[in-house]
Amino acid sequence: MNRFDFIAPHNISEAVAAAAEPGSAYLAAGTNLLDLMKIGVSRPVRLIDITRLPGLDRIEWQPDGGVRIGAMVRNSDLAYDPRFARTFPAVAEALLSGASAQLRNAATIGGNLMQRTRCAYFQDTASACNRRVPGSGCDALHGENRLHAVVGWSEHCIATHPSDFCVPLAALDAVVELEGPQGKREIPLEDFHRLPGETPEQETALAPAELIVALRLPAEAARFAANARYLKLRERTSYAFAVVSAAAALEINDGVISHARLALGAIAAKPWRAREAEASLAGAEPTLEAFTRAAGFALADARPSGDNAFKIELARRIAVRALILAAEGTPEVMPALPASPFSTTPGASHVA
Amino acid sequence: MSLSISLTINGQPRTIALDDPRVTLLDLLRERLDLTGTKKGCDRGQCGACTVLVDGRRINSCLSLVASLDGADVQTIEGLADGDALHPVQAAFIEADGFQCGYCTPGQIMSAVGLIKEGHASGDPERVRELMSGNICRCGAYQGITEAVLEAQKVMADKKGRNAA
Repeated sequence: MNRFDFIAPHNISEAVAAAAEPGSAYLAAGTNLLDLMKIGVSRPVRLIDITRLPGLDRIEWQPDGGVRIGAMVRNSDLAYDPRFARTFPAVAEALLSGASAQLRNAATIGGNLMQRTRCAYFQDTASACNRRVPGSGCDALHGENRLHAVVGWSEHCIATHPSDFCVPLAALDAVVELEGPQGKREIPLEDFHRLPGETPEQETALAPAELIVALRLPAEAARFAANARYLKLRERTSYAFAVVSAAAALEINDGVISHARLALGAIAAKPWRAREAEASLAGAEPTLEAFTRAAGFALADARPSGDNAFKIELARRIAVRALILAAEGTPEVMPALPASPFSTTPGASHVA
Repeated sequence: MSLSISLTINGQPRTIALDDPRVTLLDLLRERLDLTGTKKGCDRGQCGACTVLVDGRRINSCLSLVASLDGADVQTIEGLADGDALHPVQAAFIEADGFQCGYCTPGQIMSAVGLIKEGHASGDPERVRELMSGNICRCGAYQGITEAVLEAQKVMADKKGRNAA
């Protein structure tokens, strides 16, 4: 790990002012940043500790029923917050399907959005990676790429975004509140992460020194509380990143879908909102045919970036499965294996 | 630049003069305070051998900078037993044979203490396995570990019930 200066600001404006110095990085829990610093992928010259900034650790319910989540709220605190889990169950399920209990206790809401890709070539400083060193090339393109992107990728980068949490957030129109040298602004979560294009090193819409201060879920997103799921296929049952994942949320009235939301994870450099699929479901009955047609729309533009054509079919299937389970209803209690497609009955053992 | 950090470690207040902000909680415990019960496995948050409680919550100490922990309460495996009387989780690991080589055990035990405190596992072995998945055991003692966590949880709940009665 390189040497760095450690700055502990007392408030947001001090933090933003300190971050204006080139080479600075904000430190929240550090569960991803410290890891990347240990392997030499991130080399900030100064760390700005935002863990003590006042006011960032609250879950605040809005008068209209929406919620504002401070950037320093820990993943586990949000996932186990009873009102939050009841109102936005797919988000809670996604949080509990990510990482391990230890990491969820430390990792923060803001930090989750800032996660870097787990592409092995990004993490290996001996490999070419346009995301890490612009213009150096992409060793993933002709390397081990079975888990890489199948939509939204370019010849410059085929990495995926690893977050589970961001997938239902994208589906539910979450908004990110930012504060930077130019003041405050907010952007839809869907616009926060960028597709690689010719500049994969520009991973997010953040301006220099901008800080995530909060995340909001609008009141409208609560209409899906009774029919919302997050499903995640992994190479082992727990403590693994998604091969493919899907967040599905339905509002069903008198046997007809009035509103539908669908987003896919681990297939692109950002959570992949499937608006055409959603539109195809509005007014339809919740049937296998309707869900299969919707999943087809969601993956219509997919193409393999390497040895990963299988992910397209898997993503289609996880989308269909998530929609089926959402239509069946949000489980009364969080499944023992959150988001697992192998956990058919809530609380049931998959090995028994 | 030297940072002065106050920590409570296993109940004892400590003031740490930190000459380098790169020091993780794991390295502080092992290299500077001679508390070598906490183990370094992967040093990247993937194995759980370094699990300790910070302010009562289990975390990976390898991914935590001491510089950002000023004022924190840290509990390690060394602070678990009451003199010669083992903590119920320690006793249950011996009873259920929850280890072979023992290297991951301090992390497993601290993780189990955190899990029981969190209170989300009920008596369901599937939930225990899921909530212990951040602790890898190379020897594969998972069956014993799951039994130990369930047994310790029961013992601690019974004890709590008796104290309340």
